[in-house]
Amino acid sequence: MKYETVIGLEVHVELATESKIFCSCSAHSFGAEPNSHVCPACCGMPGMLPVVNRRVVDFGMKAGMMLNCDINRVTTFDKKSYYYPDLPGAYQTTQWFAPVAVNGRVDIETSAGKKSVRIKQIHMEEDAGKLVHDISEGTTHVDFNRTSVPLIEIVSQPDLSSAEEVEAYLVRLRTLLRYAKVAECEMAHGTMRCDVNLSVRPAGSDVLGVRTEMKNMNSIEAIKRAIEFETARHIDALENGTEVLVQETRRWDDAKGKSYAMRNKETAGDYRYFPDPNVMPVVIDDAWYEAIQNSVPEFPEVKREKYIALGLTEYDAERISESIMLCECFEEASEACGNPKEVVNWITSDVMRILNAKKMTYEMLNLDNQALGKLISLTGDGKISRANSKKILSAMFDDRSIDPEAYAEANDMLIGEQNDDMILDVVKKVIEADPKSVNDFKNGKEKALMALFGKCMKELKGNCDPQQLKVILLECING
Amino acid sequence: MSIYMMKQETAEAKAVVVDDMFLTTDMPTTAGSKMLEGYNSLFEAEVLTRLKNAGYAVAGKTKVGEFGVDLLGETCYFGAEYEGESLQYPAALAVKNGDGKAAVVLDVNGAPRRGAAQSGLVALKPTYGRVSRYGTIPVACSGETVSVIANNGTDCREVFCAMAGHDSKDGTSLPESMTEQGKAAVNKRNKVAVLSSMLKGVNEEVQAKIAAAAEQLSKNGVEVVTIDAQTVAYAGAAWNILMSAELCNNVSRYDGVKYGYRTKNYTNIDELYTNSRTEAFGDFLKSAILFGSETLSTENYSKVYDKAMRVRRVIRDDMAAMLADCDALLMPAVSTLSYDRTLVERDKYLPYKENFFTAPASITGFPVVVAGGVQLVGNAFSEELLLDLAELV
Ligand SMILES: [Zn+2]
Repeated sequence: MKYETVIGLEVHVELATESKIFCSCSAHSFGAEPNSHVCPACCGMPGMLPVVNRRVVDFGMKAGMMLNCDINRVTTFDKKSYYYPDLPGAYQTTQWFAPVAVNGRVDIETSAGKKSVRIKQIHMEEDAGKLVHDISEGTTHVDFNRTSVPLIEIVSQPDLSSAEEVEAYLVRLRTLLRYAKVAECEMAHGTMRCDVNLSVRPAGSDVLGVRTEMKNMNSIEAIKRAIEFETARHIDALENGTEVLVQETRRWDDAKGKSYAMRNKETAGDYRYFPDPNVMPVVIDDAWYEAIQNSVPEFPEVKREKYIALGLTEYDAERISESIMLCECFEEASEACGNPKEVVNWITSDVMRILNAKKMTYEMLNLDNQALGKLISLTGDGKISRANSKKILSAMFDDRSIDPEAYAEANDMLIGEQNDDMILDVVKKVIEADPKSVNDFKNGKEKALMALFGKCMKELKGNCDPQQLKVILLECING
Repeated sequence: MSIYMMKQETAEAKAVVVDDMFLTTDMPTTAGSKMLEGYNSLFEAEVLTRLKNAGYAVAGKTKVGEFGVDLLGETCYFGAEYEGESLQYPAALAVKNGDGKAAVVLDVNGAPRRGAAQSGLVALKPTYGRVSRYGTIPVACSGETVSVIANNGTDCREVFCAMAGHDSKDGTSLPESMTEQGKAAVNKRNKVAVLSSMLKGVNEEVQAKIAAAAEQLSKNGVEVVTIDAQTVAYAGAAWNILMSAELCNNVSRYDGVKYGYRTKNYTNIDELYTNSRTEAFGDFLKSAILFGSETLSTENYSKVYDKAMRVRRVIRDDMAAMLADCDALLMPAVSTLSYDRTLVERDKYLPYKENFFTAPASITGFPVVVAGGVQLVGNAFSEELLLDLAELV
């Protein structure tokens, strides 16, 4: 019999707001000392009251708009109760009854073709802390740095049917949320985590099979392996009766390449949701809604088409539109210098090379894009040599405030007007000092010219247009 | 040292006492529970900061029943107060003893109003949201309100004014603009309605108090009418559900992991939770936790909790409609003017029964004044009007 896999995902994404969801502690504590980003509120001490961080609602709404959702104009927060040492209040504030966004859609494309994945809802909630186990001491410590860091949970309908589609969906989510600048979505940092709900049924059946859930998956590769393993396990059970499938939560052991049923105790429980009386319903009025709507960026496809119309190759247009930071860099620098094709060359060569060398992602790009445009103009106009322009770009990566012209001037890199004479002087000096190379060249040795050229360039400290230098050098040699 | 409170030296004339539901940084805060014995807060309640800024000094903290949900403090881990066989409310004792010109208390389940009614003192529970709850031990957050008990309405008013006002640290604190609008919308009708449905089960003494209050109001030119408001009589049943559910959730944080009492008897995390809570919580609180937990279960939520919320809205609408036509609703605060020790010890559900009288104001968030042993419940923002009426009874 042929089978089909039915997969729904719950994706948790940490929102990139400055502060936590209900207190003013910094939300960025990746790698920080344990319990250095905490206050009585996010430690669950009695007497502190939650005050909603409006930026979290901004980001939640924007994420909803990116995923084609309807925004609930009155959105509420609810308490979800359970005991765990990393949850200091013994409840998580989340959205159960009126989540910020509902009924969305994410379009994906795979080898199987195009597909729309329906989004059931996006809700905002607070993250829990972390347990740190000290095996040598046999003790467990609690780190509350992450408690109350804002999250959104994106719940899809069971519309996915393969590991490939899941990958395409996750990559698409990441691209869209990064485009909206609401989240880092870095699985390795834990800023994107995924629960996979999976069942298998005979192809064409409209009855869902027994569903199992794998929680807290944190790499796309592991998710793909887990889906393949679970699909095979389910089919084996249906086909050969190797085991009886039960609805349960399973843990994926990526090292062993197997999933395991979790102890019932870890999964069972009634969360006793009820509206949090300390958080008033958030009412999103028209002005607020429109302000967020106006901040929603163009989708990657729209940008790509626009770039192709500007004369970029499909390949370059695709590369640039991969990241909103590259798009902004491209668009702003092009506007400043008026030469999009030249800008794309710079981005795909020098900018990407430096990012690579610094081990920075596209999202970490922090150039002054207008200054980049200016640098490209100055280089194109022959005011700065190509070699020096690379040095200046490198400096601009480290210091956003650098103005390329002022920097070139201060560092003797600006090619001035009187330069023809200066170049001529240098060339004459070099030729006089090295008659052998001149003769070699005249006798047909091309390499000798390069040697002379190099000497001139060194004397000039690189401050000259190579084309111009070559012309003057040849004129002098040929008399 | 008096038994009903922890005292602190103060030379100030403007001394107040606060109950043990308010976080203080110079004294422990226990909420009357073994769970928080010796708990020292890192910050103090907003109202205490405001009172100090207004020139008041805190002369001490009065005892409360465990998490403030009982009758008059009889479930306090540090001991109940009896005068003879009659149960006494510690904050009322402090005011009568002159320890402060007023007691600032958290009205979770009506204890302050019962205490004031039985001691012949004046109590004001303001409109929900007018006084910050920042720094109070959270129990039933949707209704509990910082309140004042004093010898007279003037002192109540003075202390209330020093505490009231918007606080950005409390998400339910009302913005000043809304308070100003609300106060401006209060119209004096010179009319008070006795709610006959709320006279159920009160003894003769209390009936006499109601009659006396009505007579005093009439004598002073206030029209007194009687209304049979059936829905209001369900406030107690609905409030018991909402209060217990919120309580269950709010005291879940006391798990022995971070602060408060931790059992010595555990080998794993489940035992740590269970034994710490079993050993540190009292029986009445445990019954409230179990009841609350039950009302929120997936099975019961829509049948019980959600229904209670609907009842709350109906009662609020009905009372607002009645209050559109009169200044206050006159009703008892207690069924009897004294709780006898044997009754208190025999009937463990007495707090759930007695809050029949106090729940209408708790569940709606409407302001209420206790004076002359009775309650006058008014419309939102009508504290001034209620205190004026209280002068007459
Ligand atoms: Zn915090």
